Amino acid sequence: MSTTTVAHHDEHHDDHPTGIMRWLTTTNHKDIGTMYLTFSLVMFLVGGSMILGIRAELFKPGLQLMNPEFFNQLIGVHALIMIFAALMPAATGFANWMLPLQIGAPDMALPRLNNWGFWILPPSAILLTLPFTLALFGVGDGALATGWTFYPPLSVQGGIGVDFAIFAVHLLGISSVLGSINIIVTIYNMRAPGMTLMKMPMFAWGWLITAFLLIATIPVLAGAVTMLLTDRHFGTHFFDAAGGGDPIMFQHLFWFFGHPEVYILLLPVWGFIPQILQTFSRKPMYGYKAQVYSLWAIGALAVVVWAHHFFTAGMPVPALLYFMYSTMAISLPLAVLFYCWIRTMWKGSMSFETPMLFTVGWIILFGIGGLTGLVLADVAADAQYHNSYFVVAHFHYTLFAGGIMGIMAGVYYWLPKMTGHMYNEKLGKTHFWLTAISFNVTFIPQFFVGLAGMPRRIPDYALQFAEFNMISTVGAFVLGLSQLLFVYIIISCVKGGKKATDKVWEGAQGLEWTLSSPPPYHSFTEQPVVK
Amino acid sequence: MALEQTQAAANKKLALKLVWIIAGALLFAFALVPLYDVICSVTGLNGKTKNTAESASKAVVDLQREVTVQFVSSVMPGLGWNFYPKQASMVVHPGQVTTVMFEAKNITSVEVAGQAIPSVTPGKASAHLKKIECFCFVRQTLKPGEVKALPLRFFVSAELPKDVQEMTLSYSFFPASQ
Repeated sequence: MSTTTVAHHDEHHDDHPTGIMRWLTTTNHKDIGTMYLTFSLVMFLVGGSMILGIRAELFKPGLQLMNPEFFNQLIGVHALIMIFAALMPAATGFANWMLPLQIGAPDMALPRLNNWGFWILPPSAILLTLPFTLALFGVGDGALATGWTFYPPLSVQGGIGVDFAIFAVHLLGISSVLGSINIIVTIYNMRAPGMTLMKMPMFAWGWLITAFLLIATIPVLAGAVTMLLTDRHFGTHFFDAAGGGDPIMFQHLFWFFGHPEVYILLLPVWGFIPQILQTFSRKPMYGYKAQVYSLWAIGALAVVVWAHHFFTAGMPVPALLYFMYSTMAISLPLAVLFYCWIRTMWKGSMSFETPMLFTVGWIILFGIGGLTGLVLADVAADAQYHNSYFVVAHFHYTLFAGGIMGIMAGVYYWLPKMTGHMYNEKLGKTHFWLTAISFNVTFIPQFFVGLAGMPRRIPDYALQFAEFNMISTVGAFVLGLSQLLFVYIIISCVKGGKKATDKVWEGAQGLEWTLSSPPPYHSFTEQPVVK
Repeated sequence: MALEQTQAAANKKLALKLVWIIAGALLFAFALVPLYDVICSVTGLNGKTKNTAESASKAVVDLQREVTVQFVSSVMPGLGWNFYPKQASMVVHPGQVTTVMFEAKNITSVEVAGQAIPSVTPGKASAHLKKIECFCFVRQTLKPGEVKALPLRFFVSAELPKDVQEMTLSYSFFPASQ
């Protein structure tokens, strides 16, 4: 691009194609952020309706609604959609929208890459779900039925759904790697003058570490599923014991990616949670440095603890002990974070608007998720808990409460800034209480049936678990339907509502609140100077 | 505007550096395969035994010690065989050469070949199970309805860690192409 065209472009700020071409060709970080967030919301509802099918089947013992194969397909695809198509794009969407505003950059560093990163997502979501439709027309036997973990030998023997899922994971991986490159470059190169790394908003720190974890571990997943593909079709024996391979090796490769993935999902949330806390406690966040160092410590520990996901697969005792102690060590930096979050609220002038309600609820529920994780990290106890509903309840406390409810806090926090309208506060609070209560009704019973020995991923169960499963299903349906309220609140806020002020929240701190609500299409073309 | 161009160049440079990290991570994923094999053969992590014949003369018999060896068998999907050990377990002295018989029967009406894959639990004992003669060294071919006796001559090395009193030897028969 020559200098003259750049100058020319700058004069016409809001010039962009209209209609569908605007969205297909956009390189604007706000447009792309909006697309990511919308895509995430749609896929959240798709993944949610799949799990409602599962919960409906589990309402009563015995098989009522579906055959076990379809049940298995729903479970695996639900997980892949929620992780790769709902949670990760939501975090990337916020990164696109808010990172340039928070660090005073005019846009993301690599806008074209950014556009491509997003537009890979819809095709991969279609790839993932297409086998369901194909099966209706008699092609293949449905989607991936191995659970999201692709364990061989089952995944080597599975139908075309596995191939579709492998290619979907390749595309999703490319998308998140592109997003990560963009975020790292933006954070390193595009900060406003005076904004040193240690002055960055916590959200930027959370995302920086996430992005590094992504580019270090997603390629390992891509490699592992590629080996699976060649095992399936090209006669290699990476995971086939008959040919000298080892199925357990897949578990090592998969979880070398899979465990950091947990922190990839959570670190962006740990970034903006302290920002919400300081806003509604009306004081600066406590222990900024301690939080940054803790995030780094968690990021580093994340890649060396993977084998705690398969303690029962067989390992020498020294290895078991190493993975147990290193896993438990993660609770130390996490405890520092919890302390800082609580200390930020301590003696603050607190008020409880919807984002704050979600944040405080998040701290409590995510705390439960963390503590039950500590129990699972115990090798001796894990032999009982492994593959039971206790694990299901645990990771939903970390990923639904810790992930999705955190994202919801962010949505309510930034929605007035993004749309220029206030959302309906009363409905927002109703949405919080419905979500928080029904979430607990859904998952508390699962801790107990898990302890009593109910295995996960099985469509039928022993009679003794009937009542708790019934409660859990009722909770899940309330939880699912409550999210329609969430969709309604967002749509009505986009359409109109009380005009939001530039600062939106009385205690808001940071550069994004110095812009108008909604911010202009191109913001910070003159970079602000941070003192 | 010159500033904008240096900015774009710097962005591109850093992005390319990050692509190298990604390429390195992908390479690392494939390097983990041989690495895993090396770690396993050193530590016995995955219970694989050596699939080559040892000579019996190495055996030093330790009459003071007794070890229980259990035998487990399974047939993988796609192979229409019955396959089982003639005895479920035996007590041996380390160094003592023993023979145990397995039996396989082809219950289909076609000639099929199978390959037995051994695995030892606990993993740390796997390096100490020494085979002198084993049906798992080669492919076995069975005619329709044929019953074949499959011998295994082995000894447990005297260097077996002291805390191992029991070990399990498992054989899985996989279908093999002829």
